[in-house]
Formats: sequence, C-alpha cells, structure tokens
Amino acid sequence: MRRHDFRGGVHPPGQKHLSAERAIELLPMPPRLYLPLQQHAGGPALPIVTVGQRVGKGELLAQAQGAASAPLHAPTSGTIIAIGEFTAPHPSGLPLPTITLEADGAERWIEREPLPDPFSLSPAQVAAQVGAAGIVGMGGANFPSAVKLDKARQAGVHTLVINGAECEPYMSCDDRLMRERATDIVDGVAIMLHAVQAPRALIAIEDNKPEAIQAMRDACRSDTRIEVLNLPSRYPAGSAKQLIQWLTGLETPAGGRGTDTGLLVHNVGTAYAVHRALRDGQPLISRIVTVSGGAVAEPRNLEAPLGALAADLLAYCGGVGDDCVRLLMGGPMMGHPLPSAETPVIKGTNGILALTIAEVSEHTPSPCIRCGHCVEACPMGLLPVEMANSARREDWSGIQALGLSDCMACGSCAYRCPSHIALPQYFAYARDQLAEQRREEAKAQQIRQLIQQRQARLARAEQAKAEAAAQRQAAKKQRAIAAVEDDD
Amino acid sequence: MIAAMATLTSLGLLLGLLLSLAARIFRTPSNALHEEIMTLLPGVNCGQCGYPGCGGAADALIAGKASPALCPPGGSALARALAATLGRTLESADDGPSLLAEIDESLCIGCAHCVKHCPTDAIVGAPKQIHSVFQEACMGCGLCVEVCPTECLQLRPQTTTLATWRWPKPALEGA
Repeated sequence: MRRHDFRGGVHPPGQKHLSAERAIELLPMPPRLYLPLQQHAGGPALPIVTVGQRVGKGELLAQAQGAASAPLHAPTSGTIIAIGEFTAPHPSGLPLPTITLEADGAERWIEREPLPDPFSLSPAQVAAQVGAAGIVGMGGANFPSAVKLDKARQAGVHTLVINGAECEPYMSCDDRLMRERATDIVDGVAIMLHAVQAPRALIAIEDNKPEAIQAMRDACRSDTRIEVLNLPSRYPAGSAKQLIQWLTGLETPAGGRGTDTGLLVHNVGTAYAVHRALRDGQPLISRIVTVSGGAVAEPRNLEAPLGALAADLLAYCGGVGDDCVRLLMGGPMMGHPLPSAETPVIKGTNGILALTIAEVSEHTPSPCIRCGHCVEACPMGLLPVEMANSARREDWSGIQALGLSDCMACGSCAYRCPSHIALPQYFAYARDQLAEQRREEAKAQQIRQLIQQRQARLARAEQAKAEAAAQRQAAKKQRAIAAVEDDD
Repeated sequence: MIAAMATLTSLGLLLGLLLSLAARIFRTPSNALHEEIMTLLPGVNCGQCGYPGCGGAADALIAGKASPALCPPGGSALARALAATLGRTLESADDGPSLLAEIDESLCIGCAHCVKHCPTDAIVGAPKQIHSVFQEACMGCGLCVEVCPTECLQLRPQTTTLATWRWPKPALEGA
C-alpha cells in the first residue's frame, strides 16, 4: 500500500515523556461521582433512577433518547443522592443536569447474564450491544459508536481504521493502553470488523510510540486481516480526515464524512471499550485519563471512573502546584480550559493538564505580517488569516465562503503564527455567531407557525360557536312549530 | 325637471360604472412591499416598537422613519430579514440577550388572563393553577405583562445555558 502525505501540520514538542513511562494506575474510588446526562453528541440521556435509590455497579442510570444518544451506567455501587445541576466540564462553567452517585465502597456488580460469543451475533446485534453499553468515540468526539458502526455497514465500508496516533502533545493514555492491553484492543477490533462486515483493519500509530507499535504487532500476529502501520509523527496525523488521506491519498469531500471514502475511523480506546462490553459485559463506566503538565507533581495515566472530579485525579497525582496558570481538559492543541477542577471526567476526557506559565503562550497579539505560515500549516488547505479577518469584520457569508465549516479547530495555524494572533478563537467565535443566527431563525420560524396555529384555532372556535348558535336557533324554531301543531 | 333628474342620474350611474371598471382594470398592487413586510413581522400588534401595531410599523419602515431593528420580539433574525428586504444596512445587530416573559410563581394567582392573551400559546396553566412560560415558544411581546393583575409577569433577559452559550469575540486584536 502506497502512503501519501497530508497537507500542512506542525511539530509541537511532544512532552509525552512526562507520563508515558508510568503504567496505568487505578484511581481509588472517590466518595462521590458526578455524571452529567449529556456526555455525548446528540440528545441528553433520560434518567430512570430516583433520588435515594441504591444502584449496583454497571446498572443503567439513564437511557438514550433519540436516534443519536447514549445511555449512562453506574461506575460503582452506591446511592443516588441527587439529580440536579452540576458544573459541566466546559469553558463556560455553566451547569448540566447531572446524577450524583455516592459510592458505598462495596463495588457490588449488578447481576450479569452470561454473554454469547459476539461472532455468533448478527452485525446489527453487535452494534446494538455497543450502543447499549453507552460507548461513544473515546478520542474526544463523543459521537455514539453504535450509530457509526451501523452507518458504516450500510455504506459498505471496506476498511476499518483504528486510530492510535495520539498526536496531541502530553497525551499518553492511548499509548499506555496499547502497550498494556494490546490483546484486548485487537479483540475489540475483530468484533468491530464483524459489526461493520469489513474485510480488513489498519491500526495507525505515530512512530514516536515504538513500544506500542511492537505490542500491537505482537497482539495481532495471528489475525491476517489486521495490520499495524507507523505514521510519521506530525500533528494532526490523528485527525480522521488526515489519517484517511495519509493511508489512501483520498481527500474527504468538504462537508462530507470519512465513510464517504470507504473507510471508518475509530479510536483505540473505543476498540478497548467494545471488547470490555461484549466480552466482560462491562458498560462504559471508566476510561484512561492522562494527568500531566508542568504544574502536576507526578504526572500519571489513571483509569478513572466516569464522574470522578478533575480535582480527585489531580490530588492522586500529588496535587497542583501554585505555578499552575491554566487547567485544560484534553490536549494543549484542541483541549479547552476548565473553569475549575471541581468538574467531572466524562466519556471523552482523554486528559487533564495543569500548565505552568512556561508552557502556555501568553503573548500579546501583534499585527499580521502576511508571512503565510498559517496557510502553510493548515492541514485542511484553508486561509486562516483571511478567515480571521472576516470574523473580525463580522462578515459571516465571507467566512463561510472561505470554508469555516471545514476547519476542525486543530490550532496548527495559531501554533505557527509569529504574531500570536488568536486565530482559532476567531473561528470559534464565528462558528458560534452563525449557530446563534441559525437558532434565532429557527425560533422565528417556529413563532410564526405558533401564531398561525393559534389564529386558526381561534377561527375554528368562532365558527363552531356560530354553528352551535345556529343549531340552537333552528331547534327553538322547531320546538315552536311543534308547540303550535300540538295546540292544533 | 324630470329630464334634468334623469340626465343627472344616468350620468352619475355611467361615471360610477366607469370608475369602478377603471379601479378593477388599472388596479396596482401598490402595497406589495407593505404586504411582504407584514409577512415578516410577528403580526401580534404588541406595540413595543412605538407604532400602532405591525401595520403602522411596516408603514414607518417603508417611509424610512424606523430602523429595521425596531421589533424586540423579532430579535436580530427579523432585523436581518427586514434589512435585506428594504435594502438597508443594519447598524448593530447585537443588542444583548432577548427579553422573554417569566412568571414569579410566588405572586401568580392562577387568573389565566395571560394564557388567553399570549399570541404564541407560550404560557402553560389552567385557572387557579400556577402558570409557567415555555421559553422556547415565547418571543417577548409583553402582551401578558399588561394583563397580569399581580405583576408577577416580567420580561427578563434570557438565561444563558450550555445550549445558548457562545464564545466571545477575542478581546485582543492582532491582525
């Protein structure tokens, strides 16, 4: 297979040495878990438990609502002490409806039925079980995996790509997972191949992780359908569209999906979660999180239950120093700032970073010098400088014409910009303004409809009243005639 | 005398007929723009723009006396649509969060007056029950505020949720 290069990209310092040599450790169960009902793309989950209810480990707490949604399970046994609002892991610091679970420390599993061999199930049944286990894209996209599997099978995808690139600096959770649990991942890949009915799988790993590559090669030696490839280490090699381009030379059409090229990309963490769900009957209740950054005393990779607070993880890693200037969820390129450490780990949380002043860019932006570095760096072939200018002028049709919807917010442009212009922030601002316009227009449309419906209803009521009055009149007349006839 | 009366009557009838025919044949849809604007405006005649109803507002817009951003219930979506229809530029589209009706439950007596007046059926409630505003259907016309006998209805800025939170414009300009 010929390899092809993708456009642009940058080489940020990896910083993976901080945590990559530490084996995965199990986070001691925190006293309370905070489980937001919206941890995935699509509709929020609907709680089916009540406050005060005792639940077992793995018990269903909230069920999926709508076509793209995911259920939520109890990461440990305990008591539901609240269903209310709690700070979401989101830069706004606004709350989300959240189930609070107090752990009883017993780790008492609910009764699990013996599992059938996944390969004796139909592909649709496998996907349904993946959905029922609440599995979403573990790379951070949070899209329900079952929907992806079903859509890919229907589209006739020929290759399953397992993304172990982990190109974000600092992150080492996928690296550790591949080094330590390679056979489980490969089993998950085989199950996913069955679900998609694809003939082969490619596991792509950046070549800065030789141990992971070796471990994965050893694990899939017996399965000829699965091949491990080493990717060049260049950010953002782990983005689905860039990965597909590197593997096939095919560019995903603007506004299209990876499956349009006949390939389906899933994260290694997702493959591992699929293995746990279909072999052990364990729904998605924990994940590997990299806790790192210069302000963390002992950076580590932790297997943390969903709902553990960032503060719990940071405390286990020796706490955060006073020199921490920024707390991030996710990597430094695409992660987002956290308003506080009192916010929970969710299904898509791959890392929690506490960064020092030396690690963040605190430059004052200066004027653009038209060097074109952002254009060179953009892996999507866009013109970041022109897009930022449009956003500043609030020229919304202009920025759409420049391809805002194809920007994946990878941050390569800002990394290269010698003037330190906050390019991705302009794109986020523009994207939100356009979303706000769409929301307002949809609401205006809805309001117009409501007004028309009410007017139609009032008109109907008026007409019904008039008809009833006419009927009463007619009945009165009839009675009068009858009375006259009786008199005769 | 009779001849004069007959002449005048027939003249009147003939001219009347001609006028009515002319009105039919040479009819011009002079208010096409007015009608177009009326389909854009909410049409609930709340009067927040300061003109007598949506018809009056449409006239003022055509005459150039009012800004396209005159209608608070329509919000910036309507302002953009009006500016496009009238070929005018919008000075500032963003005038803060839109105001929506909110009920202070401790003051609501369940009189149900507001329910009857809401043009979008956004108020939920029955007589003698506490009412509530369904904010997704409320446009902030304020008709309910006027009829509430206990002043428990107020127009308030919409509360920001995760679904409506937006990234701000970068404060430090570079380029």
